[in-house]
Amino acid sequence: MKKDLKKTHREPAVLFLLIIFPIVLTIIFGFAFGGIGGGGTTSFDVGLLNLDATSPQAEWSMAFIDNLTDSEVFVVHAYEDNTTGQSALLQGNLDAFIVIPEGFGDSIVSYYGSPIDPSSWTNTTIGLYVDSGSMIAVSAVPPLVQQVLMNTVFGSDAMTLNLPIEISSPALVESSTFSQWDFMAPGIFAFASIFLTMIVAQSMTYERDEGLLKRLRTTPVSSADYMVSQTLTYMIIATVQVALVLASSFAIGYRPATGPAGIAFTFVIALAFSLVAVGFGLIAAAISKSAEVSTGVSFAFIMPQMFFGTFMPLGGLTEVIGKFMPSKYLTDAVTTLFLRGAPITTPVIWTNLAIVSILGFLLVGVGIVLFEKFGSR
Amino acid sequence: MSESAITITNLTKRFGDIIAVDDLSLEIGWGELFGILGPNGAGKSTAVNILNTLLEPTNGSATVDGHDVVFSPESVREVIGVCPQEPAFYPHLTGRENITLMGDMHLVPKDVLGSRVSSMVEKIGMEDHIDRKAKEYSGGMIRRVSMLMALVNDPKIALLDEPTVAMDPKSRRAVWDYIRELKMQGKAIILTTHYMEEAQELCDRVAIIDEGKLIAIGSPTDLMETHQAKNLEEVFLKLTGKKLREDV
Repeated sequence: MKKDLKKTHREPAVLFLLIIFPIVLTIIFGFAFGGIGGGGTTSFDVGLLNLDATSPQAEWSMAFIDNLTDSEVFVVHAYEDNTTGQSALLQGNLDAFIVIPEGFGDSIVSYYGSPIDPSSWTNTTIGLYVDSGSMIAVSAVPPLVQQVLMNTVFGSDAMTLNLPIEISSPALVESSTFSQWDFMAPGIFAFASIFLTMIVAQSMTYERDEGLLKRLRTTPVSSADYMVSQTLTYMIIATVQVALVLASSFAIGYRPATGPAGIAFTFVIALAFSLVAVGFGLIAAAISKSAEVSTGVSFAFIMPQMFFGTFMPLGGLTEVIGKFMPSKYLTDAVTTLFLRGAPITTPVIWTNLAIVSILGFLLVGVGIVLFEKFGSR
Repeated sequence: MSESAITITNLTKRFGDIIAVDDLSLEIGWGELFGILGPNGAGKSTAVNILNTLLEPTNGSATVDGHDVVFSPESVREVIGVCPQEPAFYPHLTGRENITLMGDMHLVPKDVLGSRVSSMVEKIGMEDHIDRKAKEYSGGMIRRVSMLMALVNDPKIALLDEPTVAMDPKSRRAVWDYIRELKMQGKAIILTTHYMEEAQELCDRVAIIDEGKLIAIGSPTDLMETHQAKNLEEVFLKLTGKKLREDV
């Protein structure tokens, strides 16, 4: 383990890739994406709780729901209570959650009773909670919901007028302070560790080609001991990477919406992800004939994880592909903590951790077997 | 401690259709410095790699300090020190760190390791360079460090595969002195070499191998007398009709 750590800080290329690169990336991206940007998506999953469903004026709330559905921008999922809907939103299963308040229909009827006398209106507020972990949802959902509301009240001749109904947007108010960097920061944690794959592959093929592995195999230390030691080394490096990315993020003003427990969880899931990276590295080493070839082979594992599992915008097919990328589960968990501000008890982050850990152990196991069988000769 | 340091019985190793070692039988005693001579591709390194557990024989058996190389490889690795033909080392580590790493791999106690490394380095004349990174070393320095890496665990049996290739005469003499000292300590040493003067100077007995077969065995003096040759090179020439070192 000691020799690998020494190699890391004595080899300029390795030092750059594992330590300097994540810091540089954090700082450059942090400054580059300080302003909120846009994006595009075809539809949003919206949870809906209708508290006005049993009122005599329920036809208005039903019309609002129909308009949401007909807009083809929203996929509406009905919820029976506020807690379940909020929980789904917090875990990233919904882009937004809308609560139609009691008296919603009465408000519209009161408006039509006296359109020019606001003092006689019955005022209500639609609850709108947007997934603050989704830059696209934060930007697009509130105006779209507003537009649907206007269509519901005024029909296709919707105008910008005063209404007895407001749309609350607590998540929007909070999100409006987010920069694009806030949305990208969680992906950086995975991005930094992904390159461990290349370092492991190069290191293992180099040691094989130079006869070092053979030499070590004539000592009492078993191959398993050696591989475990290598894996532990890279887990230490992953811990350092997380600490550096966090420190440099803090230095440029980033403040994640989580506490010490969330930070600790990030270290744990990053460690689990380092197993994934080491596993891919061993597999790359097993199928590479030289250290040079292993660099190219490593990128076959690195690139898809970069594009589909870190901070790149996902939607449609890329989102489906992303589900097969271990890095996406790390990014999702950190997004849930850092952007959505979900508590540490949120089930989805533990599911993400379980997925990353299982994949990590599995890939390291497969990597060791393949390297022993095909790569270490 | 077993009666013989190394016992090789009808050892054969095939790689496909190629027979690298062909029905080799040898017995090497404690305190014996045993040379294996032969041209490139004769099967010397293959035989050594079977003894150091990197390769398994196709047929036959070998025991090292009484431990079978196939059935008890872990026990074999505890008593051997291996200096490979191609010096394998970590270039970003210093010479001392490379040697210490091998000591760690052999589970040498920490309190012993540091002083042992310093003592070995002094004997081999590397004390002025040992704390430089290995990638800055000359070929001869790397060979010397590689040999110390093999011997840092104070092995009962040393397997030295061409340890003095590319060394200047002074360094080679230092290594020879070191090997003699190991022999005096009662260790069994197998030395494969291209250098006939090295074998004549150091070895108690030598085995001459060609195309995997043992073609002669005995002390250098006996072999030269028996075959009425001036040196071992000539012995080989008389036995096989070809030169021992085509490349030199």
